Amino acid sequence: MITVKHISKSFADVQILKDVSFVFETGKTNLIIGKSGSGKSVLTKCIVGLFEPDEGEIFYDERRLSDLKPKARKEIRKEIGMLFQASALFDSLTVEENVAFPLNMFTKMTKEEISDRVNFCLNRVNIINKNQLFPSELSGGMQKRVAIARAIAMQPKYLFCDEPNSGLDPVTAIVIDELIKEITDEYNMTTIVITHDMNSVLEIGENIMFIDSGENKWTGTKNEILDVKVKELHDFIYVSKFLQQMKRKR
Amino acid sequence: MCKDNYYCLFWIISMIPAFGKYMTMLYSIFLKPEKFSIYWKRFVDEVIQLGLKSLFIVILMSGFMGAVLVIQTASVIESAWIPDYTVGFTVKQSMLLEFCPTIISLILAGKVGSNIASELGTMRVTEQIDALEVMGVNSIGYLIGPKILASLFIFPVVIMYSMVFGFLGGGIVCYATEIIPVEQYIEGIRSFSEDNFGYVRYALIKTSVFAFLITSISSFFGYFLKGGALEVGKASTKAVVYSSIFILIANYILTQLILI
Ligand SMILES: Nc1ncnc2c1ncn2[C@@H]1O[C@H](COP(=O)(O)OP(=O)(O)OP(=O)(O)O)[C@@H](O)[C@H]1O
Ligand SMILES: [Mg+2]
Repeated sequence: MITVKHISKSFADVQILKDVSFVFETGKTNLIIGKSGSGKSVLTKCIVGLFEPDEGEIFYDERRLSDLKPKARKEIRKEIGMLFQASALFDSLTVEENVAFPLNMFTKMTKEEISDRVNFCLNRVNIINKNQLFPSELSGGMQKRVAIARAIAMQPKYLFCDEPNSGLDPVTAIVIDELIKEITDEYNMTTIVITHDMNSVLEIGENIMFIDSGENKWTGTKNEILDVKVKELHDFIYVSKFLQQMKRKR
Repeated sequence: MCKDNYYCLFWIISMIPAFGKYMTMLYSIFLKPEKFSIYWKRFVDEVIQLGLKSLFIVILMSGFMGAVLVIQTASVIESAWIPDYTVGFTVKQSMLLEFCPTIISLILAGKVGSNIASELGTMRVTEQIDALEVMGVNSIGYLIGPKILASLFIFPVVIMYSMVFGFLGGGIVCYATEIIPVEQYIEGIRSFSEDNFGYVRYALIKTSVFAFLITSISSFFGYFLKGGALEVGKASTKAVVYSSIFILIANYILTQLILI
């Protein structure tokens, strides 16, 4: 469980996050949704400690991030898997080496064990026979999937996915969503998914936070979201004429 | 004049935070590595990347530099009173003391410095450095540490190659053009050999300092880059300019300290 309390963050006098509070629950896929530029990526970077929030507190289960010494922070980070919005694969390493990187760095696994684990993770994201390619030789969607494989390689307790299925075709997008849901259940992880894809929201949105201009405007589940009254969220969901018609029929 | 002083002061004051950041960076390099074997592999990679891949250009430059030095010195010394081996001696002195350590280091600042800054800058822009940090890796230690150590190890070797090929270049010119007899040239290089060890040591000390300056300054500009792809280009230019300036300053100070 990750608890966020009253987080604020500004860049050069522009306030990006305004008093955001939320509880990301264990064993559930927690979604952060919102328009482009609303501060979703900044919020996750605050949570993992890449940005220092100006105000507010972050708790990893019982551990308060700001209380921790650098060493203890490092320990938490080993429990975090993160998929960056632009994949952030190491471009000097092959696909295989990318996924093996955290395993090589932090575990005492043997070569065979690492190789097995890497292939297992790559299989799960449906990347097969691409082990020796470099990230620049992959399509954007494939890079994203390799990055997911790298994020789950260490079996993290906390998984952050910044737009895991943007740039993927609808079929693969659903496969990835289901994969994230599956491993969350399987390993009882605290998973945080950033998305603006309504398909994902309705598929895996067990605990949703809607953020608009840096403010937490609505929280709920996928079952509640279609009947929402909050104007900003309503506008976010029912953008197209088609969806508005669908709503009227319901 | 007063205004110039003011700007100069302002520039120096504005450098202080950057210098603080640079010092913190150097400190982070020496934190305990997560896993030694991985750092060792990184070190070997960097030795190849920074040193061996620069060897060709260094050898080429040194060879031509030696050749040109021989021709120029020989054409200046026309008096019959000055023995021919003076040419060899002059070439030796200038190569060992200045050309190999300083000029080649400036070349390396251009080649290696821009390479380092753009590599790290790209990693910053594409969030690869953030990815390392989130994993719990000491990204400065992992990325920059091996570069600095590798350059401290390999640049002196590169400079020794440069010396050898510089002399060789000069020798080839003597042989081919008979501007002075080859034997005289060799005698010149061998002359006053009791000082040679001191000169080489001086050259290698200088090179090590320059190696440190090039890699650390270029890493600094790449690692702490802010912004996008455009800034990567700017950072690599800055890396080259600042490493060159600091090489020149250090060169002056070291010469004053060691030779005088
Ligand atoms: N490092 C930074 N420095 C300054 N401003 C930043 C920085 N990172 C993000 N911002 C600003 O913060 C705001 C929110 O950015 P963020 O990346 O969180 O958006 P987002 O919700 O993830 O959007 P998207 O869905 O397009 O990824 C933007 O206005 C952006 O300009
Ligand atoms: Mg984003």
